[in-house]
Amino acid sequence: MELKPGSRWRSAVCDGEFVVVRPPKTPVSLECGGAPVIPHGEARGQGAPSADHAAGAGAGKRYADETSGLEVLCSKAGAGSLSVDGRPIAPKDSKKLPASD
Amino acid sequence: MHTALLLDMAADAAPDRLAFGRLADGLTFGQARHRARAAAAWLAAQGGDTVAFIGLNGPALPLALFASGLLGKPFAPLNYRLPDAALNRLVARTAPSVAIVDDDMAGRIEAAPGVALVTRSAFEAAAAGPALAGAELPDAEPDIAVLLFTSGTTGEPKGAILRHAHLTSYVISTVEFLGSDDDEAALVSVPPYHIAGISAVLTGVYSGRRLVHLEAFTPESWVETARTEKITHAMVVPTMLDRILDILAREGEDLPALKALSYGGGRMPLPVIERALALLPHVDFVNAYGLTETSSTIAVLGPDDHRMAIYADDPEARRRLGSVGKPLPGLELEIRGPEGEVLPPGQVGEIHVRGEQVSGEYTHRKLLSDDGWFATNDGGYLDAEGYLFVEGRLDDVIVRGGENISPGEIEDVLREHPQVEDVAVLGVPDDRWGETVAAAIVPKGRAPAAEELAAWVKARLRSTKTPEVWEFREALPYNDMGKLLRRQLRAEMTPGA
Repeated sequence: MELKPGSRWRSAVCDGEFVVVRPPKTPVSLECGGAPVIPHGEARGQGAPSADHAAGAGAGKRYADETSGLEVLCSKAGAGSLSVDGRPIAPKDSKKLPASD
Repeated sequence: MHTALLLDMAADAAPDRLAFGRLADGLTFGQARHRARAAAAWLAAQGGDTVAFIGLNGPALPLALFASGLLGKPFAPLNYRLPDAALNRLVARTAPSVAIVDDDMAGRIEAAPGVALVTRSAFEAAAAGPALAGAELPDAEPDIAVLLFTSGTTGEPKGAILRHAHLTSYVISTVEFLGSDDDEAALVSVPPYHIAGISAVLTGVYSGRRLVHLEAFTPESWVETARTEKITHAMVVPTMLDRILDILAREGEDLPALKALSYGGGRMPLPVIERALALLPHVDFVNAYGLTETSSTIAVLGPDDHRMAIYADDPEARRRLGSVGKPLPGLELEIRGPEGEVLPPGQVGEIHVRGEQVSGEYTHRKLLSDDGWFATNDGGYLDAEGYLFVEGRLDDVIVRGGENISPGEIEDVLREHPQVEDVAVLGVPDDRWGETVAAAIVPKGRAPAAEELAAWVKARLRSTKTPEVWEFREALPYNDMGKLLRRQLRAEMTPGA
């Protein structure tokens, strides 16, 4: 999968949707619910997140993999959690700034 | 990433929350997405590569912005306050385009080759109508999202380019998705053709906050709308705030629903922000500094900094009320000297920034350095704790006998004089010094003597910074965003010009 900045993906096993914010430095596999994500335009089949990848992903949260540099934004929440090449990746701490616009 | 995805996310997560308009008849996020898609399908049929927008604020603005984004066409809101000839030159520059024009402004716009004119009422009807709901949209590659023409005080306005990537990067790195409570509402009074008018739509949507647009700013309508719409957040420019405070003070109104007021777009006079803090003690004040070319805010002075500054005994902390706070976390900021060297804290130089939200690009020119830095043309410095102080445009620096003098600090000192209502300091040509310091004063009541004001400045700064030319006036020239028209003033104050 080519994880280009701005490209959109969906989970193959739950409602989760994602957009790439920062690409990985080397090719990696992005998974949700334990299964590789699929391009946003494709329909997902049957299946459910595997038990060890079912912590969920939250809309608006950013997930980063330090090893590869990949960073994605969850654009739609889902029951599966994210991993890169099998490594679970965690949401980044977000420091809320005061509204300025 | 695409700006329309911001609306999609809000509409998926909170479809029934009010997004745009009044409590009584506003659009929900779900309805707004629906209408933006119908509007996009309708606009696609009108042709053109760019979508121009000539009109007042209102829910049509965000719909047109997102619809343009869905089509992958740049959205170009134009300054309808320009004289007809200048406005028509801008319209012609957007060709090939479709221009959405307020019905009562349509008579001002001349036919131009490659520009299809549609009225705002036709656009709004198409967005709301059932015919195009669910229409298929082309899969647009996100590129240029917004084209903003700068005010152009010299020559023709420059078209600043903001791409989807710049704007979405700014939004997702500064705003918490659906971070607003569902009773929050922001009042937008900056016009559609200003960067703050665009960023207000994008950050408001992503935070899940209802946006109420003032068609055009008057202090009376601002206060009235803030009261009736239970406004919790707003952004104003300094001159707006001063006029709003006059009304609040006169009416004894304290806007209990208001939680946060941000300001930017020019230097905030210290007496104005001090009065605001005193009149609205329950409100969080935020000073934001940014430029069109940086997708809005790049530095923020937050509410706690304001309170610390106003209650501080420490002069250093107190001075921070005049700073624009600290640079945003995801952004690099440096102060550089004339040779490009990075300057240490306390030294004044040019502000440079680098980051994903920084575009630094115009229609025919890219101003970013090869390694991504943008020179802002603003002078300023960082203090020891990293607070940024902006001294104004480098073009406005007065060079007197080889010494660089910033008008801002002299203006601040003069503004504290009890008989000074408004002031502008600038350089005028001088045979002996090259330039000398001149001050235009709007007196409060009886005009003070020039000698008295000169002594006032000299006692607080030093003699080279003391104006030698004084002029007393009834008013100073400002544009509609409250920006002082220094070049015009300089021409008026230059002897023999």
